[in-house]
Amino acid sequence: MDLAIDILIGVMAAATPLVFAAIGEIVVEKAGVLNLGVEGMMIVGAIAAFAASIATGSPTIGVLAALMAGVLMALLFGILTLTLLSNQVATGLALTMFGLGLSSLVGQSYTGMAAAPFPRLDIAGLSTLPVIGRLLFARDALFYLSLALVAATAYGLTRTRAGLVLRAIGENHDAAHAIGYRVVAYRYLAVLFGGACAGLGGAYLSLVQTPFWVEKMTAGRGWIALALVVFAAWRPERALAGAYLFGGISVLQLHTQAVGFRVDAQILAMIPYLVTILVLVLMSADRTRLKFSAPACLGKPFFAAA
Amino acid sequence: MLRLEPRRAPSEAMIYATPFVAVALTLAAGCVLFALLGRDPIQAMYLIFIKPLTTLSGRAELAVKATPLILIATGLAVGFRAGVWNIGAEGQFTVGALTGGSVALAVYPAGGPWLLPLMALAGVIGGMAWAAIPAFLRTRFNANEILVSLMLSYVAVLLLGVLVHGLLRDPQGFNFPESRLFQSSALLPVLIPGTRAHIGAIFALVAVALTQLFMARHISGYQIKVLGLAPKAARFAGFCERRIIWGCFLLSGGLAGLAGLCEAAGPVGQLVPALPVGYGFTAIIVAFLGRLHPLGILAGGLLIGLTYIGGEAAQIALRLPAAAIAIFQGMLLFFLLASDILVRFRPVWRPRPRPTASSGPEPMPATTLAP
Repeated sequence: MDLAIDILIGVMAAATPLVFAAIGEIVVEKAGVLNLGVEGMMIVGAIAAFAASIATGSPTIGVLAALMAGVLMALLFGILTLTLLSNQVATGLALTMFGLGLSSLVGQSYTGMAAAPFPRLDIAGLSTLPVIGRLLFARDALFYLSLALVAATAYGLTRTRAGLVLRAIGENHDAAHAIGYRVVAYRYLAVLFGGACAGLGGAYLSLVQTPFWVEKMTAGRGWIALALVVFAAWRPERALAGAYLFGGISVLQLHTQAVGFRVDAQILAMIPYLVTILVLVLMSADRTRLKFSAPACLGKPFFAAA
Repeated sequence: MLRLEPRRAPSEAMIYATPFVAVALTLAAGCVLFALLGRDPIQAMYLIFIKPLTTLSGRAELAVKATPLILIATGLAVGFRAGVWNIGAEGQFTVGALTGGSVALAVYPAGGPWLLPLMALAGVIGGMAWAAIPAFLRTRFNANEILVSLMLSYVAVLLLGVLVHGLLRDPQGFNFPESRLFQSSALLPVLIPGTRAHIGAIFALVAVALTQLFMARHISGYQIKVLGLAPKAARFAGFCERRIIWGCFLLSGGLAGLAGLCEAAGPVGQLVPALPVGYGFTAIIVAFLGRLHPLGILAGGLLIGLTYIGGEAAQIALRLPAAAIAIFQGMLLFFLLASDILVRFRPVWRPRPRPTASSGPEPMPATTLAP
């Protein structure tokens, strides 16, 4: 029983960074912007969180630093793609390469250090419940935040006016502009929100999941989050399910070794990437359905002629 | 305030000027970066961009670094022109090295003049096969080729690790995860005696020339350009999109595979887990720096190659962190993409127009729009 709980806790820890990153990217893409720089924003968030929490001893400041770092990276992307109308695919790639380089530069003096343990936030009265108390109500604050974020995004996108405008802009930016909505302003906000979320995902990685700094520690999670957005058909609640599925796969990979399967660790490490490809194939094969769920203006530049 | 005004037609002059603008801006930003790191920027720039060119060995090393970059970028650029985003050249590079290198290891210690052509063929086929996966999944199942090709790079690097730990490990290697050193007839001939500059540089030049000819003169090159610029027009004209996607992936995968083999059979001389060092990703920068044009890529590859060699020299002389060069390359791509705006837009100085009713924050009621 204890082993089962430990495994589930591992799944949650592995899934939470993906939840953050995927939710952020859903909002960005719903606004019609394709930011392929999630990996870069995540890794910069991870090192910012780590460095700030080492410097101040406060995980909270670490999380805030990651948030800011993600927002700054996203701002760079926004200026390039929204103001200077550069190609979104190429700019996203540039953001990833730049982020990986920047994080290695900043991180080289932190290699091998350990971060202060991230505080647990026990929810009074519930955390002592058998099984589910330990599992659900004695986690860290970021875990609760990730769940709240999913609910808030799902609600915000479908039930609020701002969400409606955001989706309208993502579906047809010319029409939205003609009615008088501020396409570029909305897109900037969406991109910055995406950056903040990716930064938080990075913070979770370097402060909670593996509380020490390793170069390139995101190991493709930003890209997996991008695939999760397709898997989730741009719906936050499905992204949550997808993230937990992927978390489960990556934890299972660790435990098969513990159980004594004689498989090369590097073969097991391929599984998340292969599953990502499989999932993409399954979700994309139905062209009509993909067309209906993807925002129609995704990746297209917008310039207000008048 | 400064505003952007669309040009009637893309500016020819700017197409050629922007790479230089971007390089100049990157150099300026690089100086700031080095100054922030507490190093003398002028000295750093001299060490990176001038000093390597002053010696024969420096120039030879430049050929060694630029060869894989130019080979890969030439192939990628063809795809980028068609809107086919092969981001997984790193994986195709790795698999090419693996398949090509395996041929040498399989016949070890036999060798002869037949061995290298066979290895090159195996490398090209390996790269093509790895690139065929995203091409197939894109054309058959509509799966996003960016994500699939990228995921496959991670898989390829792990695959190389698995194989040099096991099947391909040197039997006399004290369990080090390395293959044995290739027999001498499996090593690429050296062009300049006493240096590491190998015959792969010739392959790169041939690839550039052939691709240039293909894009400028062949009907498929024309179709690729049309598909990238105006996908709808390409469809109306009856161009087979599926065939173009396959062609782009096979070409870029094959060239990346060849680059991988040249690396394994050239400067490295064996299969090691550290073989893929990111050329596949840096080549994307090279492709854009060269404006997706083979001759431009030749120049771009040499410039980026220089940052590698000069960067290594600066690391030793100034104790500059290795990652500084990666940032430098990332910044270059940013500036390139940013200065691209000048091709299609003209910055004009003009007072902001008075706000009109339609630019207010509140949308007009729909009824007034459709009476």
